[in-house]
Amino acid sequence: MSKQIIKDGVIIDKPDTELLSLEEWNQGSNDTDNTQAGLLLASHDQLDDFNGNLQDLSLIAIDFPVFTDGRGYSLAAQLRGRYQYKGELRAQGAIHRDQLYMLKRCGFNALDFADEQTDLNAALASLNDFSDDYQVSANQPEPLFLRR
Amino acid sequence: MYQYDPKDQQIINERVAQFQDQTARFLDGKIADEHFLPLRLQNGLYVQRHAPMLRINIPYGMLNSIQLRALAKISRDYDKGYLHFTTRQNVQLNWPALENVPAILADLAKVEMHAVQSSGNCIRNITSDPFAGVAQDEIVDPRPYSEIIRQWSTFHPEFAHLPRKFKIAVSATEEDRAAIRAHDIGLQVRKQNDQIGFRVFVGGGLGRTPVVGVVIDEFIAEKDILTYLEAIMRVYNLLGRRDNKYKARIKILVRAMGIEAFKAKVETEWASIKDSKLTLTQAEIDRVSGFFSEPDYQQNIGQNNDHNNDELLNSSQLQEQLNENSDFATWYDKNTRAHKYSAYCSVILSLKPTGIPPGDVTDQQMEVVADLADQYSFGEVRTTHQQNLVLADVAKNDLFSLWQDLIKVGFATANYGLLTDMICCPGGDFCSLANAKSIPVAEAIQRQYKDMDAVYNIGPLDMNISGCMNACGHHHLGHIGILGVDKKGKEFFQVSLGGDSGYETKMAAILGPSFSREEVPAVIDKILALYLELRQNDERFIDTFKRIGMAPFKERVYG
Repeated sequence: MSKQIIKDGVIIDKPDTELLSLEEWNQGSNDTDNTQAGLLLASHDQLDDFNGNLQDLSLIAIDFPVFTDGRGYSLAAQLRGRYQYKGELRAQGAIHRDQLYMLKRCGFNALDFADEQTDLNAALASLNDFSDDYQVSANQPEPLFLRR
Repeated sequence: MYQYDPKDQQIINERVAQFQDQTARFLDGKIADEHFLPLRLQNGLYVQRHAPMLRINIPYGMLNSIQLRALAKISRDYDKGYLHFTTRQNVQLNWPALENVPAILADLAKVEMHAVQSSGNCIRNITSDPFAGVAQDEIVDPRPYSEIIRQWSTFHPEFAHLPRKFKIAVSATEEDRAAIRAHDIGLQVRKQNDQIGFRVFVGGGLGRTPVVGVVIDEFIAEKDILTYLEAIMRVYNLLGRRDNKYKARIKILVRAMGIEAFKAKVETEWASIKDSKLTLTQAEIDRVSGFFSEPDYQQNIGQNNDHNNDELLNSSQLQEQLNENSDFATWYDKNTRAHKYSAYCSVILSLKPTGIPPGDVTDQQMEVVADLADQYSFGEVRTTHQQNLVLADVAKNDLFSLWQDLIKVGFATANYGLLTDMICCPGGDFCSLANAKSIPVAEAIQRQYKDMDAVYNIGPLDMNISGCMNACGHHHLGHIGILGVDKKGKEFFQVSLGGDSGYETKMAAILGPSFSREEVPAVIDKILALYLELRQNDERFIDTFKRIGMAPFKERVYG
């Protein structure tokens, strides 16, 4: 059975899209809008270092080497915010069910758990832990104080 | 006080349910220890030397009598019947069982309380001046801003896995009573051309590497404060060190980059979110400010009186009471503070009687404080980072009666701001991080200075005691600081002098080689004896120290 991921709230087979690192993208002659490959960001990468146009990509994955490394959340916020990235944003690596809600709010719409024992069906429940939030989210551009 | 609306209540209820489920899965073996750790920390639960410890948030120190009674009941039902007030205005239970914590959180949620983000690598409790809203030197009430910042920081999805803990304090007065320059971010509310804004300090902190916060911006307009905070947090989250727990605070990053480079990074980030929907609106400032409007001051002083003119009161009655009872007069002199309205004053409940660990309160005492709050101070109480309580709005008419009630409950020790009003961490008796037991040292000093006349003669003195380098007792900021150290498996204590909080924050300097616990009271005695010999006019200890320096004290102590 192929690996499964969660994307847009449902469990799907993980697509076999190639992921290239920031260095590989910068070195290669890959044209961002002419290739099917995605970008895999390490947690220490800085978005300014990407030579192409992030907006042209259709898949960006951000790696979480340990779940306590919270840089990916800010990278996601920058991608969805400043860089206006609209494609698939996938969290991969050492993420667990109890990070899903916050990952979703930061703009991740796909989740690839390194731990293959993860019960994805059970994990889906955590995507709805809260019905509202104080701050903006990927799917809620207004903070609560504007909506009270 | 801020009151939850249905949204606030729903959000906190959902958090309780979330942690209930996480705890159940953990106890069922479905979550590994290291995964459960940040989940329980961000719900307030530490595992400590003897038992779990639950740290409950008291946002910027504000509590009402309903909450006090709920805390008393919780301490009876789930713990050993006492609570501990901390140096960040929070309160701790020392012995709750893990499996009861979801139920405790549910009980807290019913009275609009929680333990969210009181621990963990996230934004912690927002602290402020315990005299907020009533202080004479206040520019504008900091509590609405503290509440707005609290909501912005609560469950912020981007900042739940910071390199390390993050502490923000807000001050809005001429004298800083919230130690804002010892915080990761310190906010000083100020006015510029009639506009309200903040002087923003970053990179302050205590612990192993004490650093005084520096100014990153002289004036951020109030509407921009949330976007600006967000920009600072994002830069810290992305660039703070994650390789070494002891080098992971923002103070290390600011020092490494230099404030100019750090500020440039923050401004780049800010440029992309400034003027976004996170810009604070006047409507929200007004909405939250509405919860902190003045109580009915007329109520407690009778209709023929004017709360801003105490000559119309029976102030001759107060004067008579002061003349007739010297203990009352002493207490009035030491433990009350001027209020913005002259018919009122603020009263400090000293939680530092001899023989009790500083900041500890029994459930019965909590119930009495709730009654006193209702009777004398519009149902509200504040916690202070010096581990005392404040009844902020007491009519001068009522002081004698209150004082008598405080004697009965054990909170009338007239030592506010004096030697025996110590800040002391729980230390080795409770905390698994400690190198030494701090509470016995505090007690030994308290006993040595049982004679109140000696304490009054010494005058204002900040004595702060920490059981280890994590400095939860704020020893770096003490005029006299004491730090517990471990030397070859034995407890020793290092004495430091000359620390000070306030806008001119200074970190204390070490006096010399450390002492055994038995030696400490005599060392303190030598230090204070020298001060008493050399002080000029009305100098406080810290003033004399600043004038004569460390050398004479070193000489006197080490001979």
